[in-house]
Amino acid sequence: MLKTLAGLGRGGLQALECLGRAHLLLVGILGGLPDLLMRPRPLVLQIHDIGVRSVLIVAVSGLFVGMVLGLQGHHVLSAFGAEESLGLMVATSLVRELGPVVTALLVAGRAGSALTAEIGLMKATDQLSALEMMAVDPVRRVLTPRFFGGLVAMPLLAAMFSTVGVMGGWFVGVGLLGVDDGAFWSQMQFGIDWDGDLRGGIVKSLVFGVLVSWIALFQGYDALPTSYGVSRATTRSVVHSALAVLGLDFVLTALMFGE
Amino acid sequence: MLDGVDLDIRRGLVTAIMGPSGTGKTTLLKLIGGQLRPDAGTVAVEGRDVHRLSRRALYRLRTRMGKLFQTGALLTDLSVFENVAYPLREHTGLPESMIRKLVLMKLEAVGLRGARDLMPAQLSGGMARRVALARAVALDPTMVLYDEPFTGQDPISVGVLMSLIRHLNDACGLTSILVSHDVEETTSIADYIYILANGRVMASGTPQQILTGRSDWVEQFMRGLPDGPVHFHYSAPGLEQDLLR
Repeated sequence: MLKTLAGLGRGGLQALECLGRAHLLLVGILGGLPDLLMRPRPLVLQIHDIGVRSVLIVAVSGLFVGMVLGLQGHHVLSAFGAEESLGLMVATSLVRELGPVVTALLVAGRAGSALTAEIGLMKATDQLSALEMMAVDPVRRVLTPRFFGGLVAMPLLAAMFSTVGVMGGWFVGVGLLGVDDGAFWSQMQFGIDWDGDLRGGIVKSLVFGVLVSWIALFQGYDALPTSYGVSRATTRSVVHSALAVLGLDFVLTALMFGE
Repeated sequence: MLDGVDLDIRRGLVTAIMGPSGTGKTTLLKLIGGQLRPDAGTVAVEGRDVHRLSRRALYRLRTRMGKLFQTGALLTDLSVFENVAYPLREHTGLPESMIRKLVLMKLEAVGLRGARDLMPAQLSGGMARRVALARAVALDPTMVLYDEPFTGQDPISVGVLMSLIRHLNDACGLTSILVSHDVEETTSIADYIYILANGRVMASGTPQQILTGRSDWVEQFMRGLPDGPVHFHYSAPGLEQDLLR
């Protein structure tokens, strides 16, 4: 019993220590922002690496999610004779929830894991130490551009996911199942508003951008400098990001849309 | 890991720190570079305690300090040219034409001017270390730290690295600290040697003094004898006792 309690205490202390290290790293990363604004080229490269290279997976996923929403939505709505609301249903689901959440999960899997592995390997091969010895702060020079690259890329990717998803829903609903084209778009235009839906989706994807980038970079920076350590860190990066995104999505939804 | 170690590194010399693996040689280099903080004691470079310096002052000191890592530690997403140019771009604000000339001169010094466009993945281990050496001296430091530069190198690469370390030290008036357990290579280029074991200085002197020393331990290390004061077997209970358990 005592051993279990001691183990729990140790685990708790380790978790707190880890959280402390993660926050200190975040402070260091944010401290590099003025430098980054003076020399924005690394940021542009990272937006390309994290954002542009994720376009294909995000667009294809968005298309299929939208098509599935079109099918499922039509099935449910037609039972009530409300097929004309299909556009509104698809767009609301995508803009409020699926766009930000699924994009964050996809980015965590594709770019987040790559970031963790890259930073972990840089640590294992002494590249970060070499930067320190060249009097260059590796956090500011290497981590800060990646963090803000993820932060900028996430809402853009989420917007693309939602846009392509709406087109997928339209293709299935209007093109295949015969929903009226005008009703599809007009219901969407009428029902989706800036304050409640679009801004909420953008805020969510920005928060998820911070979360996924932070977790990925911290896991890489904190990894044991061995192949086993990097592999464990990469797995942890994806798992922690997914859980954090889903958990925080609930909190954000409750705050933004709760009664 | 280190206990009561007292070293005096003289300006302008190649000072070697030797000893078996795991005795704290690399840790010592990290202490000198301010990458690790000692629990007790001081590390003074140019008369100033490295660990009492502000972050800014430490970074300023590091611009006068080059380090060659065991793995080379080249930035893998940059070409050979860009790796050597990196510290110059970060710290000098020189125009691009001047940086190009300086980089080519540094690469010429290590014999790799022709490899400027290669990526680190295209280099052999020896070439990677030579590029890393060019990068380490890019800012014309006053001190260069070498961490196991000969490990895993073929004889030609070892010969090239030995010659480079010695000649760069003499030509540029550097102070070199060479951490290694390669006896023959190190004794042939070092001016002074410290031998560390179990976190302590076991012997020190010129290569000649070390090679003719009378300590059993030093003799075992320098001649690579498998058994002696450092036992072949790691500490364990008796074999019979272990097998019959």
